[in-house]
Amino acid sequence: MTVALFIPCYIDQLYPKVGIATLELLEKLGCDVVFPLGQTCCGQPMANSGFSGLTNGCNKNFIANFSGFDYIVAPSGSCVLHLKEHLQDDKNPEKAHQIKNSLFELTEFLTDIIKVDTLDARFPFKVGIHNSCHGQRGLNLASMTEKNTPSFSKPEQLLKMVGGIELSYPKRKDECCGFGGTFCVFEEAVSVKMGKDRITEHEANDIDYITAGDSSCLMHLEGILNRKGSPIKTIHIAEILNSSF
Amino acid sequence: MNSKHAALSEKFIADEPRTNWHDETLWFVREKRDKATHGLPEWEQLREWASQIKNHTLSNLNAYLTEFEEKAKANGIKVHWAADAQEHNEIVHSIIKKNNIQKIVKSKSMLTEECHLNDYLQEKGLEVVDTDLGERIVQFRKEPPSHIVLPAIHLKKQDVSDTFHEHLNTEKGNNDPQYLTEAARQHLRSKFIEADLAITGVNFAIAETGGFVVCTNEGNADMGAHTAKVHIACMGFEKIIPKAEHLSVFLRILARSATGQAITTYSSHFHKPRPDQEMHLVIVDNGRSRQLGRADFKNSLKCIRCAACFNTCPVYRRSGGHSYHTTTAGPIGSILNPNLDMKTNADLPFASTLCGSCSNVCPVKIDIHEQLWKWRQEIVKEGYVSSDKKTAMKGMSYMFSNPALYRFVGIIGRWMMRNFPNLLKSKHNLWFKQREMPEAPKKSFRDWYIDHQK
Ligand code: SF4
Repeated sequence: MTVALFIPCYIDQLYPKVGIATLELLEKLGCDVVFPLGQTCCGQPMANSGFSGLTNGCNKNFIANFSGFDYIVAPSGSCVLHLKEHLQDDKNPEKAHQIKNSLFELTEFLTDIIKVDTLDARFPFKVGIHNSCHGQRGLNLASMTEKNTPSFSKPEQLLKMVGGIELSYPKRKDECCGFGGTFCVFEEAVSVKMGKDRITEHEANDIDYITAGDSSCLMHLEGILNRKGSPIKTIHIAEILNSSF
Repeated sequence: MNSKHAALSEKFIADEPRTNWHDETLWFVREKRDKATHGLPEWEQLREWASQIKNHTLSNLNAYLTEFEEKAKANGIKVHWAADAQEHNEIVHSIIKKNNIQKIVKSKSMLTEECHLNDYLQEKGLEVVDTDLGERIVQFRKEPPSHIVLPAIHLKKQDVSDTFHEHLNTEKGNNDPQYLTEAARQHLRSKFIEADLAITGVNFAIAETGGFVVCTNEGNADMGAHTAKVHIACMGFEKIIPKAEHLSVFLRILARSATGQAITTYSSHFHKPRPDQEMHLVIVDNGRSRQLGRADFKNSLKCIRCAACFNTCPVYRRSGGHSYHTTTAGPIGSILNPNLDMKTNADLPFASTLCGSCSNVCPVKIDIHEQLWKWRQEIVKEGYVSSDKKTAMKGMSYMFSNPALYRFVGIIGRWMMRNFPNLLKSKHNLWFKQREMPEAPKKSFRDWYIDHQK
């Protein structure tokens, strides 16, 4: 199975280890992974700031890099959601359509397409799960506390396959961390307060790591943790699923 | 003073213990809502029905409003139409004047808040006593409500005690809720008895019967309407529902969403005036038909003002209602207010992380967070955005459209972050104010990938 790997711009630049873990994990699970070299950004930073009119270049570039693959996988629910909702090409609408249908966030690809039921991974630490909103509420990766629907979680399902891991949730299981794209600077005070509150709840569970499906949430939480000199570290879910201790 | 959401919430958060208390108090309400709704197997079905009834009504508004007016008139209710807040206030004033009335009580009505009726009447020398306990408290303090269901939720017992000491002569420092409520009760009782005219809101107006329903927990709408010679009910035109049987959906979802109660303590049905009473109904547009004409935002008019979206909103809970500088705060306010004044309220759709929790709790299934996103696009299109932001976005767009430039900027950026980290540690970098910068790696993922292929 050939899989095209989309590594969002900030992961490419700031968290290459997340990209590496994703690629290695997919290869371990038998996928042929291709990384189109001309890729940049999904366009979300502009669109969420109200400038969707400025995303044509991103759309064009994305389509040029990712047309024709059966599967496109990215380790970010947020970027995947943005593309699924907003990727467009007025000249070739079918191309954009085809890409949207081939596009998967990493954990849903593992549970729904490859149907992983065992993992050769070990991570003997206490890990707090953060539900990233766009993956959870936007892509339906996990049931939501607001809704009266059966409970499930694709990320948790995978993490439970990891040896030695001890999982926990914060008291408010799916409250937003406060990153929110440019919200994190334009609404700095609320953003940081939201992050601090998430961390306080995770701390109550005496954990070693906070994990999530989006490095953007983790970057924000990591920034706050490091400022207070906390021993808690952040780690992307792909790194745990790919780990061997 | 900067009166935009970001600055106002920064001020609110400066008192962190109080922010925590505010957050936890409202989260408690959200949890009560969860318990009340998760106990109902048909909850998601009720939401779907509520949404469909409202959608249908909004698409046939003209017919239902006409039907409602006919039936209400036949019942003996006097129906008035107001195009905007000004006209609404004038109508209410003219009824007061015609009946030569001085003493007025008013139960909670977000519409009259939206129209600033109290201020208008005050200018005419008339005093209106708000009879909802929370509203009376903020009225004493000359503050606007901070929440549409719990108007004084930003205040602690101590604040209420101080306010009552000043206005009702209660014992200084006595914070006992029972003592304070009793004082308010005695005070309001006398106002009810003296009042000649009662103003109420409307939760649901029923086209087929010409009647309307007012929901309260304190019974204050009834106390007012049952004693006064004249009753004026004020409603936005979106309060209409086709049939009485639809109340079996709406009365079940309203209180569960608002406070986690199965139903409001009082759900009072008004159909016609008493023999010695005059009953008026003012139906208000005030921008609603403009919103109805905006395809992307039309369904915001489904709102039944339960405030579930406030209580669940992680931003609202940590920034307080007043940070939204409008009558209706919270997520729903942020999609209604740009319609009323796009320029003044251009900051509100950005006061959200787009986490989507609001849309999930909304009992009438308004896609609130998607409308927040769409308002951002409108606001930028209309030019209500700073030129700095515009320039930055243009630069970003150019960079991401050119892969080679993106990579070049990435290399320089990471090199700068590694070698001159102090450059970014400035007070102008809002990220850095309370957060460390991420560490920049030497190689990007792409660099690693190319090496790895070799
Ligand atoms: S938008 Fe929905 S959740 Fe918010 S107040 Fe209106 S009905 Fe309630």
